[in-house]
Amino acid sequence: MRRAALVGIGAAALVAAVALAQGGPPEPQRQIPNPMSGRHFATPETLAIQDDDFLNPAFLWVEEGEEAWNRVEGTSGQSCASCHQDARETMRGVRARMPAYHPRLQRVVTLEQQVNICRTERMGAPALPIDSRPLNAITTFIALQSRGMPVNVDISGPARPFFDAGERFYNTRRGQLDMRCGSCHEDNYGRYLRADLLSQGMSNGFPTYRLKEQRVISLQFRLQGCVNDVRGEAPPMGGEEFTNLEFYLAWRAQGLPVESPSVRR
Amino acid sequence: MTTPRTPTRRGVLALAAAGAAVAILPLPASAQLSAGAQAAVDRVRGSRTPQEGRITLRAPPIAENGNTVPITVSVESPMTAADHVQRIHVFADKNPTPDVAVFHLTPATGRAQVDTRIRLGQTQDLIVLAEMNDGSLFITRAEVKVTIGGCGG
Amino acid sequence: MAAPIGQPRVRLPAQVRAGEIIEIRTLISHVMETGQRRDQAGNVIPRDIIRRFEAKFEGELVFAMDLAPAISANPYIAFQFKAERPGRFEFTWTNDAGESRTATQDLRLA
Ligand code: HEC
Ligand code: HEC
Repeated sequence: MRRAALVGIGAAALVAAVALAQGGPPEPQRQIPNPMSGRHFATPETLAIQDDDFLNPAFLWVEEGEEAWNRVEGTSGQSCASCHQDARETMRGVRARMPAYHPRLQRVVTLEQQVNICRTERMGAPALPIDSRPLNAITTFIALQSRGMPVNVDISGPARPFFDAGERFYNTRRGQLDMRCGSCHEDNYGRYLRADLLSQGMSNGFPTYRLKEQRVISLQFRLQGCVNDVRGEAPPMGGEEFTNLEFYLAWRAQGLPVESPSVRR
Repeated sequence: MTTPRTPTRRGVLALAAAGAAVAILPLPASAQLSAGAQAAVDRVRGSRTPQEGRITLRAPPIAENGNTVPITVSVESPMTAADHVQRIHVFADKNPTPDVAVFHLTPATGRAQVDTRIRLGQTQDLIVLAEMNDGSLFITRAEVKVTIGGCGG
Repeated sequence: MAAPIGQPRVRLPAQVRAGEIIEIRTLISHVMETGQRRDQAGNVIPRDIIRRFEAKFEGELVFAMDLAPAISANPYIAFQFKAERPGRFEFTWTNDAGESRTATQDLRLA
């Protein structure tokens, strides 16, 4: 046991040393090396709704998203399909690797932001408000094309500073309750917070149909809720702080299958 | 091995499995109802005395969120022209208004079984009445615990 | 103004034999506003629900449901049907304002 632990530390040190030798920052270490999806903290009834594409109300959003995919909008007279053709092929794996570094914009963008970039820059159509029904419909439709694929975001190279900023946000104590994200999702998962069974706060199920809201919600809407829970001041959805946090969360969930559209209480 | 600080994956799963949808054990239908629910039941009942039995209500014994509680109601009946269930009424004892749904059935349905999803503002009893084509009336009543209340109806 | 009644979804089993009792599942996009909630300004949001669902087979009413505000948003309704002959189903959802949305689906027998 002790030996295994020592070997483990040795390996980590080695990785760090190699990274330093190459001039990159050291590999980050996950607090939860083998993450568990939120579905392990849901009741069988909720899972029964999630696991049946007919019972799952998020498929109403999927259908709206598919219609929007093929709808011509904006001044350039194009639809998403004009450039990206069949989403079942071209969008496969996209949700699993987003948020991602956008070389031209030189920053990390979420799936929501990428959709709006295409709308404003390519289609000449207005941006859709973050967490609005039409945007959630299209991201849910896109996310479905990656269902079952492992989350696999790239935090290397120019993406790293955005990841580091997300990690700092995650580990900062905030709100009147002076809690970090990990105070609930790392130190106390599997325990009850009032009536709520705490999960590890993994993001692989988003967008999700939330029973409480009775609609599909985006990840950043959930994040606002979590910050409000500690009586903190939540940054705006779609802003830089939450974008970086979402990037960090994707890395925390690295390897978990994309579950969108999941169902959560 | 020492006891882990946080439950193991198996522990979490076992905990979750305890919530599986089951046919809920009926409570005595005679226990006191809220005034609203009693009035609603009386409106259906008229001068008839409901009998217990025949109805099975499936619902989660503990609902994760009162906004979306899946329920299944089935009634033993041959569903023939001569002998069938005509209506199934569902009431929630402690919702702001007790009415939940009325299902109208015909022999064409073949089997008296319906499913829907309902809102429950708090832990409370569901009351189900089944009216047969011969005028006989059946009742059942069962409790659903709600951990997070829905906005009710 | 009443909220839009969204696109309905209806599912019948793929393979149906004559005499079989099948389950018909339906889902429709709707807010099911209870009339008990308030907006941010404190005003009551008026009730706006799907209040009636009807299923007809070859023009004949075979199943119906009266819905109250206690039915969850995006109402899910499932019922049974004895498949004796092929034919056309017509499903209709009607809201408080009396507006309705209809979907049709054909029952084919194997
Ligand atoms: C005129 C062509 C064009 C149209 C129309 C268009 N896009 Fe794009 N899309 C692009 C290009 C080019 C990229 C590459 C990234 C960039 O330049 O922003 C891209 C990238 C994407 C990506 C990231 C794909 C990946 O592999 O990482 C998504 C998701 C996406 N678009 C969604 C949409 C959606 C949804 C619509 C419709 C609302 C749409 N796009 C309309 C050209 C288009
Ligand atoms: C006071 C406790 C608390 C804190 C602190 C907290 N959360 Fe949560 N979080 C919850 C609860 C409760 C839920 C809903 C139940 C669950 O999944 O844990 C939740 C859910 C989530 C989910 C959705 C998980 C799923 O599978 O649906 C994510 C993602 C999440 N939190 C991320 C965060 C992040 C990021 C932070 C820090 C900004 C944070 N949380 C801080 C309590 C907390």
